[in-house]
Amino acid sequence: MNSTLEQPESLRTEELLVNMGPQHPSTHGVLRLLIQTDGELVRQAWPHIGFLHRCFEKIAESVTYRQVVPYTDRLDYLASMNNALAYCLAVEKLAGFEVPERASYLRIIAAELNRIASHLVFFGCYGLDMGAFTPFLYGFRERELILSILEKLSGGRLLYHYPRIGGVARDIDPQIAAEIQNFIKEMRRVWPEYNRLLSENAIFIKRTANVGVITKEAAVAYGLTGPCLRGSGVAYDLRRAHPYSLYERFDFEIPIGQGLKGTLGDCWDRYWVRLLEMLESLKIIEQALAGLPEGQITAKVPPVIKLPEGEVYVGCENPRGELGFYIISDGKPQALRIKVRAPSFSNLSITNAIVRDVLVADVVAIIGSIDIVLGEIDR
Amino acid sequence: MTPAEIHSRLKEKFPSAVGEWQEPKAGDPCILLEPQELHEVCLFLKSEPGLEFDYLKLITGVDRGDKLSSVYHLYSYKHQHALVLRADVERAEPKLPSVADIWPAADWLERECFDMLGIVYQGHPDLRRILLPLDWEGYPLRKDYKQPQSYHGIKNE
Repeated sequence: MNSTLEQPESLRTEELLVNMGPQHPSTHGVLRLLIQTDGELVRQAWPHIGFLHRCFEKIAESVTYRQVVPYTDRLDYLASMNNALAYCLAVEKLAGFEVPERASYLRIIAAELNRIASHLVFFGCYGLDMGAFTPFLYGFRERELILSILEKLSGGRLLYHYPRIGGVARDIDPQIAAEIQNFIKEMRRVWPEYNRLLSENAIFIKRTANVGVITKEAAVAYGLTGPCLRGSGVAYDLRRAHPYSLYERFDFEIPIGQGLKGTLGDCWDRYWVRLLEMLESLKIIEQALAGLPEGQITAKVPPVIKLPEGEVYVGCENPRGELGFYIISDGKPQALRIKVRAPSFSNLSITNAIVRDVLVADVVAIIGSIDIVLGEIDR
Repeated sequence: MTPAEIHSRLKEKFPSAVGEWQEPKAGDPCILLEPQELHEVCLFLKSEPGLEFDYLKLITGVDRGDKLSSVYHLYSYKHQHALVLRADVERAEPKLPSVADIWPAADWLERECFDMLGIVYQGHPDLRRILLPLDWEGYPLRKDYKQPQSYHGIKNE
């Protein structure tokens, strides 16, 4: 029987299973969501991951500790500096290497620049998800400045291999320092433009405020970290709670969600936390450049690194949350096991709990606000 | 609280389930648990005032030869202390109680350990592979894993 406008009783009304992804522009990579829809409403959504699985943890068991560093760059490829930093800190902690102060400062400068670059990608892509094309161009314009600085510093534009076990690969020169100063000035100038363009945009607020609310309790229970946790009002930042790499010397705020445009823990809050974090990172870079100590950029590290028998876990505050490396050593040049605590993995696991009874279009807003990178989810 | 203090408190409450305290020569300390009582211990750690481990960071599966172990990294936001638990199971019968009802974060983390090492978490709501295809054979992070020669006609050469 044909269903026509005259015969509404013959319309099909059962629930439909719809695939979103893995080839979908708003899933930020190869994420497949299987969505159970009831008309325009979503009843459940099951994320299917693993399309980008590259056996990082298996490879890490067969190469030496030093050879693992470039692989870590490819986990969260928008924050390579931060990944390598976390891994190097874990190895150094178990081996007992003393990293020179200058190297720690350079690592912080690089990591905070990378954090801003990562948040700029989020800013641009989230606008794109919500139907605003222009913010993308703004975000990538400033990101380009960072990439060019990091390229001069490390030689790579995305995958840097800059933090090394014991220190960093290269020293900074006055020209790069001047370029970073210029960038700080430029970033502070354009930041209010972002707000006029997107943060305060009425359509954007309608799409994100009161959408995808994550309560404090749910955020903690599902192991959310980073801006997703702070967006729900938990002021927890590893750089402050358990400082690593001399972060305790720097003065910065921890922005948290306040429900300014809607409910505490909604998509807009998570978005806003990231925007404010960019300014805090600028503060840290400024202080690090001003107080950059003289000295060596790398510790004395033996050619073959053998860690003592034991295990270590080090967590670092990545742009997406707590990235942790858990290394178990049995005294050989290769690790017995290297496990990655990937922030996006835990952050994404809350999906099915928060998409119940939202509109299909809001799923895009919710997934975008979690800011996932499939490279570290699938590893 | 330091891990040693937490250990003595656990030992008092669960004398048979908690192993002896071992000061690590390097790195972080780790508390050994009997797998049968893992669930009760975790429930205690989550709810006991003064401990309140509300954040499960990570579950790691490790192949140690004749045994497989499941390692839990816990943290408490309230008290800002951390703890590492480890339960070893026999390779022939790697079964453990699931903690997904205590920390929802364990849902995906346990699925990954099952996927990579074949550790079965009993009571898990939906224990299936997460990163690999559902029809994949074997558990890649076991030390005796052999790469398959082909997968659905795709040759591994």
